[in-house]
Amino acid sequence: MSDNGYKSGSTLEKVLRAGHFAFTGECGPPKGANVEHLKEKMAPLRGVVDAINVTDNQTAVVRMSSAAASTLMVQAGLEPNFQMVCRDRNRLAMQSDILGVSALGIRNMLCLSGDHQLFGNHPEAKNVYDLDSMQLIALVKKMRDEGKFLNGEDIDGPPKLFIGAAANPFADPAEFRVVRMATKIDAGADFIQTQCIYNMPKFREFMKHAVDMGLTEKCYVLAGVTPMKSAGMAKYMAKSVPGMDVPDELIKRIEGAGKGKMAEEGIKFAIEQIQEFKEMKGVAGVHLMAIEWEHKVPEIAERAGMLPRPKV
Amino acid sequence: MVQPYDNVMLVGCKGCVTVCNAGGLKEVQILASTLRIARKKEGRPLKVEERMLERQCDPEYIEQLRDSFDQYQAVLSMACGVGPQFLSEAYPGQKFFPTVNTRFMGGAVSHGIWEERCAGCGTCIIHYFDGMCPIARCSKSLQHGPCGGSAKGKCEISKDVVCIWDMIVRKKMEQGRLDDLRQYRAAKDWRTARDGGPRRSTREELVK
Repeated sequence: MSDNGYKSGSTLEKVLRAGHFAFTGECGPPKGANVEHLKEKMAPLRGVVDAINVTDNQTAVVRMSSAAASTLMVQAGLEPNFQMVCRDRNRLAMQSDILGVSALGIRNMLCLSGDHQLFGNHPEAKNVYDLDSMQLIALVKKMRDEGKFLNGEDIDGPPKLFIGAAANPFADPAEFRVVRMATKIDAGADFIQTQCIYNMPKFREFMKHAVDMGLTEKCYVLAGVTPMKSAGMAKYMAKSVPGMDVPDELIKRIEGAGKGKMAEEGIKFAIEQIQEFKEMKGVAGVHLMAIEWEHKVPEIAERAGMLPRPKV
Repeated sequence: MVQPYDNVMLVGCKGCVTVCNAGGLKEVQILASTLRIARKKEGRPLKVEERMLERQCDPEYIEQLRDSFDQYQAVLSMACGVGPQFLSEAYPGQKFFPTVNTRFMGGAVSHGIWEERCAGCGTCIIHYFDGMCPIARCSKSLQHGPCGGSAKGKCEISKDVVCIWDMIVRKKMEQGRLDDLRQYRAAKDWRTARDGGPRRSTREELVK
């Protein structure tokens, strides 16, 4: 185990452990080796969030590797939350990458199934899914806490990672979602980041269930927020993004703001959400996914009263 | 494939490909006629001998071509992917071609529509899931329930694809056995699947 009883010693872990309301952001690596582009995207997040999720070929579109982009963040003095999906790697590649990112100073890792490759720009690819996300979570835990590889062999220098997992309270079957989250927590998740939330009543119900089951005592749940830029985006998400639940009233609200004011209405809704999450039982923080809108994060953070971030 | 030849044999199979309307007598007759007509139009007639074997995955039936296989410039198999290989191994001097693109192990869900049901992974786990297979039928072969892309009983990859996990979960819920799905399942041993190399199965008591 790590120093001072911390599992990884990451800022995110320390913030959560100290009982602060955590705030994480997200940054998709560039479609190329353009480091300047990545730096531009991550710069607005400095000092504004506790950790930055670095996506792993999100929507199955090839981008700079999550490990490399996360490392560039570490070098720049920012804290990444390295994402790994099960779609592209077998257990050999997973374990070597887990050791690699830990060696490079990465301290948070989010374990995901990954969007199916048919969504992306290489739909002809072979899919791997040697392990599923549950088994990936258990693997990282075993490597970190037991110092063993999946096969039981000893690791020379176990990885230090704060283990994250995803939960989508809005996918079907709805009744199963909290059960799946519970299994992920049992498998070893230290924190959960949820899918973007738009249907607040449904999320309140999900959290109540999680609290009643005692899950939020064992694991930190960060509520996912993605501000809508326009009514078009809201409609697209409602219709075309799998597992997304965007109520009609929200689409009407954004649309009703009128031309030129929809983005502001989207931000307003996001801020209202964050305010409510701060008070909501069991919610330990917010994960803000401002997709291709990273420069708006400081403003949202400021207006939502998330600044300054605690020093831990 | 048959462009260079003017005398070939087309061998159908009375096994699975007959049942799924891919390589039985009827399909052999249709393909043979189609080839003859096409080549006649080109002014280069093709002789196609039609034959049926009980099965093409058993040496004793493959042997039935012993007297005739070399009377043709090439032999086309209308069996599944197994047929051309058994033929090729039995008759090294002849040229064999497949005429069927073997797709998956499944069944006819209604007349004319077939769906995959088994991935032949060699370590069956469907007893945990009421006979439904997430390895073959979940697009990601997940073993711990539906991913975040499951919506209204459909898989995220297509509205035409059922989310098998949705079916498994609903059945467990209806029967009050959801706890079955709270169990952690260790990483699968894929050696018994194609990942472990070409497979072989031996029943000692049948081996002479």
